[in-house]
Amino acid sequence: MTEASMSKTDMSISDFLTRRRRRGRFGWTDGLTYAYLLLGLVVMFAPVLWVVISSLKTPANLAEFPPTLLPYSSETVVVEGFDQPLALFDVVGEDGETRRLAQIRRVGIQAQMIDPADPEAGRVLVPVETATPVRRVYLAFENYTNLLASSGNDLWRYVFNSLFITVVATLITLVMNSMAAFALSKYRFRGSNVALVSILATLMIPATVVLVPTYMIVAQLGLVGNLWGVILPTVATPTGVFLLRQYMLTIPDELVEAARMDHASEWRIFWKIILPLSSPALAVVAIFSILSRWNDFLLPLVVLTRRESYTLQLALASFQTEYGIRYEILLAMTTLTALPLACAFIFLQRYITTGIASTGIK
Amino acid sequence: MASLTLENIKKSFGAVDVIPGVDLKIDDGEFVVFVGPSGCGKSTLLRLIAGLEDVTDGDIRIDADSVAHTPAADRGVAMVFQSYALYPHMTVRENLSFGLENIRMAKPEISRRVSEAARLLQIEQLLERRPKQLSGGQRQRVAIGRAITRDPKIFLFDEPLSNLDAELRVLMRVEITKLHERLGNTMIYVTHDQIEAMTMADKIVVLRKGVIEQVGAPLELYNHPKNLFVAGFIGSPRMNFVEGRIDAVGEGAVTFAADGLPPLVLEGAIEGANIGAAVTLGVRPEDFLVTDKGWPATVSVAEQYGASSYLHCALPGDRPVLIHEPGQSKAGRGDVIHVAPPAGRWHLFDADGLALRKA
Repeated sequence: MTEASMSKTDMSISDFLTRRRRRGRFGWTDGLTYAYLLLGLVVMFAPVLWVVISSLKTPANLAEFPPTLLPYSSETVVVEGFDQPLALFDVVGEDGETRRLAQIRRVGIQAQMIDPADPEAGRVLVPVETATPVRRVYLAFENYTNLLASSGNDLWRYVFNSLFITVVATLITLVMNSMAAFALSKYRFRGSNVALVSILATLMIPATVVLVPTYMIVAQLGLVGNLWGVILPTVATPTGVFLLRQYMLTIPDELVEAARMDHASEWRIFWKIILPLSSPALAVVAIFSILSRWNDFLLPLVVLTRRESYTLQLALASFQTEYGIRYEILLAMTTLTALPLACAFIFLQRYITTGIASTGIK
Repeated sequence: MASLTLENIKKSFGAVDVIPGVDLKIDDGEFVVFVGPSGCGKSTLLRLIAGLEDVTDGDIRIDADSVAHTPAADRGVAMVFQSYALYPHMTVRENLSFGLENIRMAKPEISRRVSEAARLLQIEQLLERRPKQLSGGQRQRVAIGRAITRDPKIFLFDEPLSNLDAELRVLMRVEITKLHERLGNTMIYVTHDQIEAMTMADKIVVLRKGVIEQVGAPLELYNHPKNLFVAGFIGSPRMNFVEGRIDAVGEGAVTFAADGLPPLVLEGAIEGANIGAAVTLGVRPEDFLVTDKGWPATVSVAEQYGASSYLHCALPGDRPVLIHEPGQSKAGRGDVIHVAPPAGRWHLFDADGLALRKA
């Protein structure tokens, strides 16, 4: 595995980015392929990038129309005699000369300005259309610090809730799904196909349809407002079972038989042979589970009624009412919320491609 | 070490009888080879002995104990699989010790057994590698090593050499034979390759459609096949067959006739030869000797091996025959040679395919 993948990654980045179907020639199919891939990249990545950039904009910058690509902020200057810092403008005078003035206030289409270099000269009236604000690129990290400062310990509670639900639910999901998949792929028993089909059939029922029954069961169990009330209802997922079963079918039966002749109990075969060899499929299921649990909104919204049990997603939604809508804080929190997912994906994605079972047997 | 007895073993998958009923006795320390064309049930029989399949009916006894309903692990047999079935995520050492750890054997004893097996098979330097870093032959050794560490009563081999290239196959054949001599365990070996069967076995069991056609020592099967199937299956290249009838029975000789061929006098007496009975004559390629009388055969291809030659010929009536000539043959394409078997070096089979016994 390592040698093969090493030789593949030996390719330099520039070689990788200019790969084409035939050596040396750049055909129209290459153009089409790159255009398609680029489109995909833009469609997938642009919204994420936009959120991240926007989370670093000041509120004034966010409210601008048309929006700016980069986060800008107006230059300000402290002028003697004024408590607040004043915004700087480049003003084109009647003589065509550009002067840099600080705006005191704006009245209709006129603005009162003052020369920061020479405040003694007094106020000047300037038509608004001749003044353009002086701006520079400014990353408003205070959005993040404000967020952390204002929400205080609550934020860490939401993070903990989200993490707890995601991690525990994913672990249980992996164990439950892989056990079901093991039975469905390696045991011959009457009704195994019926079991598989009925598991898959649940895919056809939309989650919203079973939301109310799920809530009623959770309520009966007294788990409303409890994190377990979100974890337990969906630990067994049909896609996970199916995916793992299909992968386990590719593990040769002879390995299981050899282990059986080696005095291994069924539990030990599952734990020591099947699970390690299924790790690529387990990684995929884990990624799916982490994504859906972290981003889950509807079930937590219904089940988690107390503020202490809120997940990040619920907290994110509640921000809109609590602060009016403070977009800069909302965006900062959205970015922070999406960050763990990105990390999880980067960490796990290399497990997907490496199939161990296929390389071990001839 | 143990003897194995199969009593009227039956196995069916649904409505299909894979093994309609097999009786077999294998003595302690014997090297027995199950051989037969693919789909003959030889692997199924092995898996029944291993305990990987349940018998539909009948009994399996190892020594005196019935094991027909004993779990595979408790039968005291070890199996080497066709694909080797090494655990790909474990090192060779872990592969060898996995079975011993499962029975909670003491650590020092495990490491003693592993190093002993590794020494025996010369895989000591490979112990820390993983199966995918090994060549086919090395994997084969590890698979055998895994069987050895368990110190089984009976070794089972399921076509273990079929994934190796021709040269390595010959080497491993010799090694497994030597291993058997050294360990002295009972070994059962399944193959579709009759050369492996001939060279390795103490006893060959020829199977067809789940039925034992003949059991015996390799040369016994070669020299005295019980029926057409065994005659055709054992021996490479295969025996030549010519359909015809018995024309005359004389003193110590039988005259065989076939349409379009001159009558051939076969020296040697057989029991129960009826004049006019439809029979099949079987002659091995090396038993067709070039003489001045006998059947005229037209050479179509002459293969020179250097030490010997194979002549692909056609008898009148477009019957293909293969003739083995020691040394370098002078016959070329289109030549007509006359061939006949010497005394006793021929086989006659009746209309049911059963061999007519020699008197």
